[in-house]
Amino acid sequence: MNTTTKDAKGQSHAKETTKEKIIETVNVTKSFGGHTAVNAVSLTIFDKEFKSIIGPNGAGKTTFFNLLSGQMKPTSGKIHFRGKEIHHLPPHKRTKLGIGRSFQITNVFPTLTVLENVRLAVQGKHNIHYSMFRHYRYYKHLEEEALDALERVNLREKSDQPASALAHGEKRKLEIAILLALDTELLLLDEPTAGMSIDEVPQIIEVLENIRDQRDRTILLIEHKIDLVKHLSDSIAVLFHGKQLADGSPEEIMNNEQVQSAYLGGLYDDAEN
Amino acid sequence: MKTTAKETGTSYTNGNTNVLPEPERKGRLLDLKSLTGKRVTWIIILLLLFAVPLLITKNSYLFLLTNIFIWSVFAMSYNLLLGYTGIISFGHAMFFGIGAYSLALTARHVPSGEFGFLLAILLTVGICFVLSLIVGLLSLRLRDTFYALITLAVATIFVIIAEQWRSMTMGNDGFNFTATLSRDLFGFINLLDRRHVYYIALIFLIAMFLVLKRFIHSPVGRTLQAIRDNEERVASLGFSVLNYKLISNVVAGVMAGLAGVVYAISIRFVSPASVLGVEKTIDVLLMTVIGGVGTLLGPIIGAGVVEVSSHYLMGLANIHPIFERWVIMFGVVFILIILFFPAGIVGTINQKYKSKKRKGKSHE
Ligand SMILES: Nc1ncnc2c1ncn2[C@@H]1O[C@H](COP(=O)(O)OP(=O)(O)O)[C@@H](O)[C@H]1O
Ligand SMILES: [Mg+2]
Repeated sequence: MNTTTKDAKGQSHAKETTKEKIIETVNVTKSFGGHTAVNAVSLTIFDKEFKSIIGPNGAGKTTFFNLLSGQMKPTSGKIHFRGKEIHHLPPHKRTKLGIGRSFQITNVFPTLTVLENVRLAVQGKHNIHYSMFRHYRYYKHLEEEALDALERVNLREKSDQPASALAHGEKRKLEIAILLALDTELLLLDEPTAGMSIDEVPQIIEVLENIRDQRDRTILLIEHKIDLVKHLSDSIAVLFHGKQLADGSPEEIMNNEQVQSAYLGGLYDDAEN
Repeated sequence: MKTTAKETGTSYTNGNTNVLPEPERKGRLLDLKSLTGKRVTWIIILLLLFAVPLLITKNSYLFLLTNIFIWSVFAMSYNLLLGYTGIISFGHAMFFGIGAYSLALTARHVPSGEFGFLLAILLTVGICFVLSLIVGLLSLRLRDTFYALITLAVATIFVIIAEQWRSMTMGNDGFNFTATLSRDLFGFINLLDRRHVYYIALIFLIAMFLVLKRFIHSPVGRTLQAIRDNEERVASLGFSVLNYKLISNVVAGVMAGLAGVVYAISIRFVSPASVLGVEKTIDVLLMTVIGGVGTLLGPIIGAGVVEVSSHYLMGLANIHPIFERWVIMFGVVFILIILFFPAGIVGTINQKYKSKKRKGKSHE
């Protein structure tokens, strides 16, 4: 199958023809004690769509991701994945269903090598689970796929270093390589470029563009860099104080008065930090 | 045809694995050389170990070495939990004790040596398998501290059973079964001959070492090490962390049980204090920490250090009363080792060696 198209026409077509829901949250809520971090959010993500979530720090974006990927259970409300309720499932089962995520706070395996970090993701993807008496390198193709993912984020040369030896920006790239290697149909990316140096960011944007242009994945991106979000997204949702403020095309969101007055000014301040 | 990022990536990979660039090739050759050097060292060590009973006739030395081998296996099994999975058990000795009591009881009650021996192994594997599975299911889904507490509680129950079920276990006194040990097991093994027992323990250690090595380097072993590093992330890669911890717990439990069987053959006596007490778990914990947590050789070195130093420190008691408290002396030894080898003996040497190698590379 060769459906990879890069032209704008292909993109808009994809948006119109694929209207199947992949994720649907219904009044999903998460409270920590008295504080409601995510407040009755009902959001729909369509198959093969590139959607971004924006909102100031503390708006509940990461918490919303935690609810989708299973690190946290909602206080109330429901989450459907391809029509199936998933909010009771533990994280590893959601990953197997096809929900992969990267973390805002770097979350890698410090004592393992860079390659081994990514190789584990490939091992998980291929369902090589309870093999106990074969050497792990017997599964040579896993290593090759892992190197492929490292290549895509420009980290291949560091493959035999322990992850703890990487610079901060490199750890962020490793985080993304792990997600790429996991190769799930839904990718949740929590501020992938945060903490990277200016010259590292374009590479990651290119990776995101490539995935979008292949149109075989659904991407949900949390990002502060508003130009980047505008450029990449089919649709944008805005969270503010745990509530969903708006959801629409980039133009709609940029022209939305409520979004502008309540929040967009503040966002640029955030991005400076 | 359009080339996607993925396709370019793959072809690059293929190109590179077929033809290695020059410096990488050179590295491989050097590695090969040091690998064969390593292999030769290993063969010499093994030949020496197999020759020991021919060179040393003093039974007490053979006995000491035999017990080092057995404690090595016990400590290796503990290291699988502590070093490779990142969970602390305070009840690991229950598996060791179950193995030892199984052998002791079958030696005493089953007339046929072969049948008794096989039954002891079967009982040990069966009980340790089920027990480690149940204890793991009860505690491993909770936080790691619960695992430590529950293993301690269950192990204490086994100590109490061994103390109270006098008709079977002779209670706190334990019992000696030298008289009923087979002298012609399978027609060629004399369990009363220290040399025979030495070979049993040595072969047992080599076999368990190879099994563990393979296990550590299997996909499951690699996943366990990742769990030790970052449990939450392993789950988010689609692995059931609980199942992996259970596997580790069962393998460690059965291995400790088998070590207990061989230990009973060596010391020909069982009592709650000698094979089942919580102090025995502390002993293997010390051996693992001294030798190097999360290294394959560490527990063997640790077992050697602990056994040899306690053997000689105990002996010193005859020289001066100050040495009667040999445990205190041992504490001093322990503190000194941790001061100079913070990652354990093998762990610290490995670190030094690796950083040296890395420095050498950057100087090239
Ligand atoms: N584990 C937690 N326990 C308590 N409060 C939390 C926890 N995680 C997040 N919060 C709170 O929830 C709110 C939303 O946080 P978060 O989802 O991280 O925001 P964002 O990712 O949009 O910056 C914040 O006020 C934060 O302090
Ligand atoms: Mg966040």
